[in-house]
Amino acid sequence: MDRSIFVTGAAGEGIQTIGDVVARSFLAHGYPVFASQEFESRIRGGNSSVRIRVSETPRNAPREDADVLLALNPAASAHYANALHPDGLMISADTTEDEGNHLEIPFVSLATTHGGQEIYANAVAAGALCAAVGLPFTVLEGVLSSTFAKRGEEIVRTNLAAARAGFHLATDQLGGERVEDLPKRDKTYAFTSAHGMIPLAAAAAGCRFISAYPMSPSTGIITSFARDTDLGVFAEQVEDEISAINMAIGASAAGVRAMTATSGGGFALMVEGLSLAGMIETPIVIVLAQRPGPATGLPTRTAQEDLLFAIRAGHGEFPRVVLAPSDPQEAIDLTVRAFDLADRYQVPAIVLTDQHLADSHFSVESLDLPSEIPADHLAEPTHAKTYVRYAPSDDGISPRLAFGQGGHTVCLDSDEHTPEGHISEDLRTVRPAATAKRFQKTRHLREEIRPPQDDRTDDAELILIGWGSTRNAIAEAVDRLRSAGRKVGSIHFAELWPLPEAAPRENARTWTVEGNATGQLAQLLRGELGWSIEGTIGRSDGLPIDARFLVRHVTQQVMERTP
Amino acid sequence: MTTIEDYASPVENQWCPGCPNFGILTALKRALVGLDLAPHEVCLVSGIGQAAKLPHYLKANVFNGLHGRAIPAAIGIHVANPALKTIVTSGDGDLYGEGGNHLLHAFRRNPDITVIVHDNRIYALTKGQGSPTTPRGEKTRLQFDGVEIDPAQMLATAIVHGCTFVARGFAGDIDGLSEILTRAIAHRGLSLVDVIQPCITWGRHPVDWYRERVVSIPEDHDPIDRDQALALAVDVEDVFPVGVLYELPARPTFAASFRERVGDGPLYELPRIDHAILEEHLARFTVRP
Repeated sequence: MDRSIFVTGAAGEGIQTIGDVVARSFLAHGYPVFASQEFESRIRGGNSSVRIRVSETPRNAPREDADVLLALNPAASAHYANALHPDGLMISADTTEDEGNHLEIPFVSLATTHGGQEIYANAVAAGALCAAVGLPFTVLEGVLSSTFAKRGEEIVRTNLAAARAGFHLATDQLGGERVEDLPKRDKTYAFTSAHGMIPLAAAAAGCRFISAYPMSPSTGIITSFARDTDLGVFAEQVEDEISAINMAIGASAAGVRAMTATSGGGFALMVEGLSLAGMIETPIVIVLAQRPGPATGLPTRTAQEDLLFAIRAGHGEFPRVVLAPSDPQEAIDLTVRAFDLADRYQVPAIVLTDQHLADSHFSVESLDLPSEIPADHLAEPTHAKTYVRYAPSDDGISPRLAFGQGGHTVCLDSDEHTPEGHISEDLRTVRPAATAKRFQKTRHLREEIRPPQDDRTDDAELILIGWGSTRNAIAEAVDRLRSAGRKVGSIHFAELWPLPEAAPRENARTWTVEGNATGQLAQLLRGELGWSIEGTIGRSDGLPIDARFLVRHVTQQVMERTP
Repeated sequence: MTTIEDYASPVENQWCPGCPNFGILTALKRALVGLDLAPHEVCLVSGIGQAAKLPHYLKANVFNGLHGRAIPAAIGIHVANPALKTIVTSGDGDLYGEGGNHLLHAFRRNPDITVIVHDNRIYALTKGQGSPTTPRGEKTRLQFDGVEIDPAQMLATAIVHGCTFVARGFAGDIDGLSEILTRAIAHRGLSLVDVIQPCITWGRHPVDWYRERVVSIPEDHDPIDRDQALALAVDVEDVFPVGVLYELPARPTFAASFRERVGDGPLYELPRIDHAILEEHLARFTVRP
């Protein structure tokens, strides 16, 4: 089974609640769900969708097409009709002649009749949708009861009455074509976004400080810290992103693991601070959740347009780390790793995510927090009379003390500085030594960066190369192309900077797959590693890359073309 | 006991000979010694400019960060380790111009830090352009026909935003300034001290011109009286009332509620989070029948 359900409507109309209730019903029944969202940057109105993909084994990648389309209003049914399969099922309040593929559910009037109020239209819709996809009503009943338990018995009762009405009407209309009940499966899954894991991973890694400015799609991260005070992380909403990064760097200089989170526009404001962290060798973790630009761009959509920005941002030259997770578990692992590498190498580390990773919910059988959390790397204070912050060393890393630690004074300066940290314009010795020190760190860092992961490249004639959130979509596309007899494999980069040394299989054609128009990874691989990348399958319309999109492009754009 | 010698720095001073910045440096050292603070208990934070070099000229912890960004860095340091006496020392261009937005919101946050503004009414390091406090009409090396906009009224802005300690000092009066700085550093909450620091290279008037126009705040001034404080804060042409304009009894300082939960120590000394708390959060993501 691989079923795609779109719940569509206007912002504020309740598609989120319906999507959540239906997704949880599938999960409660033992089926993994991938739920993604596609919405406009507004509070009311417009067209939005929650997309639920349900299967027997977790797919955890989006599908651009729908088998079932629930439309809460006529504009939504018109807007999304193209995504519905010709033999798919439309559920709406619209009157139509096409009874075979359409359930006509008057959400609002059923809500008024059975719930007493229009707001129960969502429960009616959820009921109808469950009937249409074979979820037994008892499952929905359980989920609705627990969802609304806090709001009192009356609210639960009314929601159930409305849902039951929707369920029964849909069942009646399905008639002889009544969908068979899905059998209960004895499986449980954790259901989370990748961003949902970042605060827990950060807290596990010893983070105690976040300063950030709200910006979609990154806002959920500071919100989690502010809500979950038991994580013990100080969270401050600051006046701007410039303040966010400078405050976090200040906190880090005082010894605490600190982070910030933002999107492209906010990161643009942080760039001078990034350079500061590089210069004063103070660790900092920045989550950069990408959305399409330039400028304000498409605030609520997804993109991979900031790879080169993350790698190149900042005036002057300094080492940094850029990591790009693809799912919740990797978000845990790479967040912890970002704190560890930032701390050990005393550099800024960027965790590069996107709206797709922020807002999509994955079903996974287990989520593991690392049992061994990397230790702090503040040095043990010595009894030496003066502490030399940037003492020369073989690997470029100097023992780092926090301000005042062990009775020492610590001097950090954004100007070029002596090993003691004081301003210097000594161009003959201080500057060359300081530059060399910074780049020794890059050399050592590169050795630690994990190589990209190959998937079915051994016999591949075509290798699709991706990074970050597209991983599962690419794997699915490879499955489909292999089923069609194409020898296709993939390479996935999760650790992007310093770019790890690697080479693709000889004689294979190589294409990058990226959520941007200019092939940013391709540029890097050509320029930094000398790979001869043939081209890029790019997507920059704000939607996530999915397997169907990829197969279409591989077939039309790549296979048709002579290498 | 800490002595002045404890604060000696080996770094070569780059200020112009005779610059009133030296007065601020001496007054600050005296205040720190008077408060018996050891150099490692003090963290000096600055931005960019001649004034922002001050932290190098005495021995203490130093965060000499970016132009305009001393305030957020200082707040981060203060949250991470409130035991440090965090003191921002930078110029009017840095704190009122480039970093004005941060200062404005710092008044609202009330972190327990001290902000010393070397107010020379000019951009000196970049050779004589107008600053946020240059009087209207004054000709500069960039505003050739005279500055055409009004000076920022940051002391009044501080008072209006509930800054709990607002003072004006004069770099030419080391004893008086040292006394003000001592009170400012001891004050619990954000202390703003604007120090008149005539620029002897690019400024329009010599130090003595200011000395003749500096007046002490009247003895009967009540520092919790907002209206009186505002009257003294707003620039009156060529008169500079010096002293503590405004001082509110302690109100909650920044991060107080967080500190109630985690105690007062440096955050880096806190133990790692209990794994059971994380597991409990993680378990909430599992959807059960």
